[in-house]
Amino acid sequence: MKPLSGDRPGHPAATALILLLLAALVALPFVLPGARAMGTGGRIAIFVVLAASYDILLGYTGIVSFAHTVFFAIGAYAVAIPLARGWGGWESILLGTLAGAVCAATLSAAIALLSLRVRAIFFSMVTLAAASLAQLLASQMRDVTGGEDGITFALPPALTPAFRLLAEPLFGTRVDGRMLTYYLILAVALILFLAMLRIVNSPFGRVLQAIRENAFRAEALGYRVVTYRALASGLAGGFAALAGSLFALQLRYVGPDSVLSFDIMVDILLMVVIGGMGTLFGPALGAALIVMCHTYLQLALQSMPQTVRDLPLIGPLVGPLLAPDRWLLWLGVLFVAIVYAFPAGIVGTLRQRRRA
Amino acid sequence: MERVLLTRDLTIRFGGQVAVDRVSCAFQPGTLTAIVGPNGAGKTTYFNLISGQLRPSGGEVFLGGARLTHMSAPARARRGLGRAFQLTNLFPDLSVLENVRLAVQAQAGTGLDFLSMAASHADLRDRAWAQLERVALTARAATPASVLSHGDQRKLEVAILMALEPDVFMFDEPTAGMSVDEMPVVLDLIERLKASGDKIILLVEHKMDVVRRLADRVIVLHNGALVADGEPAEVVASAIVREAYLGVSA
Repeated sequence: MKPLSGDRPGHPAATALILLLLAALVALPFVLPGARAMGTGGRIAIFVVLAASYDILLGYTGIVSFAHTVFFAIGAYAVAIPLARGWGGWESILLGTLAGAVCAATLSAAIALLSLRVRAIFFSMVTLAAASLAQLLASQMRDVTGGEDGITFALPPALTPAFRLLAEPLFGTRVDGRMLTYYLILAVALILFLAMLRIVNSPFGRVLQAIRENAFRAEALGYRVVTYRALASGLAGGFAALAGSLFALQLRYVGPDSVLSFDIMVDILLMVVIGGMGTLFGPALGAALIVMCHTYLQLALQSMPQTVRDLPLIGPLVGPLLAPDRWLLWLGVLFVAIVYAFPAGIVGTLRQRRRA
Repeated sequence: MERVLLTRDLTIRFGGQVAVDRVSCAFQPGTLTAIVGPNGAGKTTYFNLISGQLRPSGGEVFLGGARLTHMSAPARARRGLGRAFQLTNLFPDLSVLENVRLAVQAQAGTGLDFLSMAASHADLRDRAWAQLERVALTARAATPASVLSHGDQRKLEVAILMALEPDVFMFDEPTAGMSVDEMPVVLDLIERLKASGDKIILLVEHKMDVVRRLADRVIVLHNGALVADGEPAEVVASAIVREAYLGVSA
């Protein structure tokens, strides 16, 4: 990784976790074959990119935006709309992805330019309004977006489950279109993550950190803070859109609830804060943790042995709390516990301990 | 052409209060001008008007014939106005070296480069290191600026200003809160800067011994207005200064 950006997780434990995550994602289709595991793995890869792009804003530049799902959605719809209309296969994926990223970057930079001159809290309010407006547009413009129902579409044959790349299974696993899609998503996500890692370690990235630390002083040094903030917003928006395009490929469906809901915005915030703002590696870990909680916490509660529920005294008290639909409660408990143990996020706190 | 810094009828009002009142003054290269006056006389506000942190209610600022009055602070910084701050104003969580390196990078104008790696620009790093050597802070290069002692933070503030390599150096009480044995580093630095002969140096200072040692010229602000201007000895002796300012401390 050194020739690419020279950035490291900054603590042996953090490095181990990052390598473990990467190895698990690469080996996943062969270790845990099946649509569910690959679905979770792909989702993790995509949210690593999405959370990292948000970290450029929140962690590196110190901008609090609630409109990040808007750019994610632009990328997703930009792939879904042409595919649903049958405008070709690979070329519409490529062009749609590109167009989505450019649109999102431009819109994100424009919102920043228009509203970052005002106080930070007002900027956050403007982004909140932008997010609500996007939700409204996506659900009302039925002709384009399919409204609340969203858009279902077909991928090129090579990316469908029916496609066989190899006649014989490899290591006992079928090499099909689903696996190809998974590895395509994983490879692109890895490239995007490394690109962002490089950007935050560039001279430009250093100025963003200076702005986060002390915007007034950065201006006195001669940096046009508004320009830098707008460019950072544009980059973050562009990367979010690319993550959105990957998400469309993974789901083969795009709808307001899957890409634009505030739940996703809250998840992104949690990923960045839990992992450690301004570390990029942290949000990657945060993304893995939150996505896994979403998928497996409910399952874990379901498989809780009946004996716990049957315990005298404790059973009736704890039993209802262990019901599978209480998983959000346990996510909350986990979140509080992590923030308590790692006040600067997982990677952020580990780095501080290393330094101290 | 001589790069003269000029303020003409520079004025700012906050509500009904006139903080800087029609100050007209020219500053020549190779001259160190000390700006003195009691607390609240408008010295720092005058600095803010020159370096662009504040926009004037009236009057003009020129540097080398170019009108700066409506330029933003970063635009003025890029035109050679360097400013150090009275209240320590650093990038607290970044390392001491990075604080200076950011100033060097601003001076080199490579801030928008997002393709290369900051760590690969060894020349900028070396220039930052050289500035740290001048203020004897290399031992603390890797520490976050926020954990430095007050005196070291003041030195870092000066190092950042030097790294910008401006034509106009504006020091706002650079030795405030420093211990007696820390002061020489900063004062020697300013003296050498003066000896280079082509810089405009402005110094807001309360300590009269520092003013006597460094200043070629002293201007006195009182209630926002320029009330005296001349050689240090002559200004310090003048009645108006004794009344306005030195009456308490001389």
